[in-house]
Amino acid sequence: MPPVIQVSGVRKTYGPTVAVDEVSFDVNQGEIFGLIGPNGAGKTTTMECIEGLRTPDRGTISVLGLDPFRQVYQLQARIGVQLQQAQLQKRIKVWEAVDLWASLYHKKAIDAERLLESLGLTDKRDAWFMNLSGGQKQRLFIALALINDPEVVFLDELTTGLDPQARRAIWDLVRNIRKRGKTVFLTTHLMEEAERLCDRVAIIEHGRIIDIDTPVKLVDRHCPERTIVLATNDPSAEERFRTIPRVESVTSSDSRFTISGRGDDLVTSVIHCLSENHIPVTDFRTILPNLEDVFLKLTGHSIRE
Amino acid sequence: MLVGLWKLTWIEIKIFMREPLGAIGTIVVPVVVFLVLGKIFGRGRALAAPSTNSFVHVGLPVLASLLIAVSAVLSLVTIISIYREGGILKRLRATPLRPYTILTAHVLVKLLLTAATLLLMVLAGKRYYPAGVHAPLFSFTIALLISTCSILSIGFLIASIVPTARFAQPIGAIIFYPMFGFSGLFTPVASFPPLLRIVSRMLPLTYAVGLLQGIWNGEAWSAHLGDIAALALGFVLCTTISTKVFRWE
Repeated sequence: MPPVIQVSGVRKTYGPTVAVDEVSFDVNQGEIFGLIGPNGAGKTTTMECIEGLRTPDRGTISVLGLDPFRQVYQLQARIGVQLQQAQLQKRIKVWEAVDLWASLYHKKAIDAERLLESLGLTDKRDAWFMNLSGGQKQRLFIALALINDPEVVFLDELTTGLDPQARRAIWDLVRNIRKRGKTVFLTTHLMEEAERLCDRVAIIEHGRIIDIDTPVKLVDRHCPERTIVLATNDPSAEERFRTIPRVESVTSSDSRFTISGRGDDLVTSVIHCLSENHIPVTDFRTILPNLEDVFLKLTGHSIRE
Repeated sequence: MLVGLWKLTWIEIKIFMREPLGAIGTIVVPVVVFLVLGKIFGRGRALAAPSTNSFVHVGLPVLASLLIAVSAVLSLVTIISIYREGGILKRLRATPLRPYTILTAHVLVKLLLTAATLLLMVLAGKRYYPAGVHAPLFSFTIALLISTCSILSIGFLIASIVPTARFAQPIGAIIFYPMFGFSGLFTPVASFPPLLRIVSRMLPLTYAVGLLQGIWNGEAWSAHLGDIAALALGFVLCTTISTKVFRWE
């Protein structure tokens, strides 16, 4: 099956600013693909080029076999879009918005009431947009993005500004979209979101893609370090830890030891060493790198800076 | 897309009615002001001296209708810039809705509200403006529609250029209201000094006033082809520039 989205050599400039440069990637059928990077990295520009809202200066884009520039209306009938920081009319009611959106598509829209119910908006159907909470607004935007039963759903910074509880609820909704066989393309600057939600991620910075893979493989490739923190009063412990293969450093303060090394079997080796030498431990923790560390490693700075 | 246009227009009307002061500001206030003015000037003079050229008999209806048209346009300018600033225009554009459908819906809302206000005025004004009853209301409505389209196109040009919603209304007001002073509504254009006369001839409102006054007085359409041509030219010019410079976000 050919990729649902094919982006190749896309470049977009605003005056002297290069927003997106030589960006290429494929998104496969049925996956949640995340474009991750700090604010201003070019995520939204890339996404809006794919949605047909912007025209790239160079490069080619194909979505569901369509050209987003020339066949924008055909494309928009088959995709669902949630825009970053979008608003609706302040005093439009939830059901009116869903009803309007449903009327815009030629094919039979899905059951609006069931959609509202599945998004937990049934008791808000008569509420004005301006009176909805941040989470409810985002859920409404998801409803609007799903109303035409689209094949590809675009979600731009979906959970920005939401509290953790609302964020988790939204993540479940996105997983449900994938469960229905749809392809999801999302952007986020939250590494935790990418790690929990995305099948594959592309890391973008200064308009360029740095690497693309599954979160696990990205971490393995760029951050193979493993760290174990444990507490023991055994005076011989430090010496024994140093003999564990692939351990690179052992530091201690009081009775706490920090063991760093590489490879997945490091944790096993440490546990093995503890039991073999009957070293009593009162605390044991592993610190595994995540996408945040990958980003730091690849760009030299934290994503929040 | 006609379904979308109708739905959007209907929703926009409902939303407008929900605005605090929305319906009151555009429909009730002008009618009340009109009635109050009518009570002050209308009755006594109408009975005393039914001169067709007096400001009360010709100027006031024309002024009132143009004011309604301009305030409708100003509110359109504001709405468009608010919608742009809030990303609503962009969100609507990311659907199969054609851009002109979105804008047409807003124009329709304004025209419908303008028509509703005028109808109320005519009904209410019958008591105070006996002269109005004899005016060719149907022709006058057509003339007002032509004038409104021309004013709307200026409004769209302003909406295309004004950067933020906060400035939209004041900038629109600064552009429109002084035009009334030069339009020949209060003083005939012929009595202006030469320079002002040129300024006056450059302003589309002058032609709108000329057309509306003439039609109200029962003059023939053929006497005002120049006015109509000028209004049409303004409409084409402003619309062409707007489509080139209009920003959706």
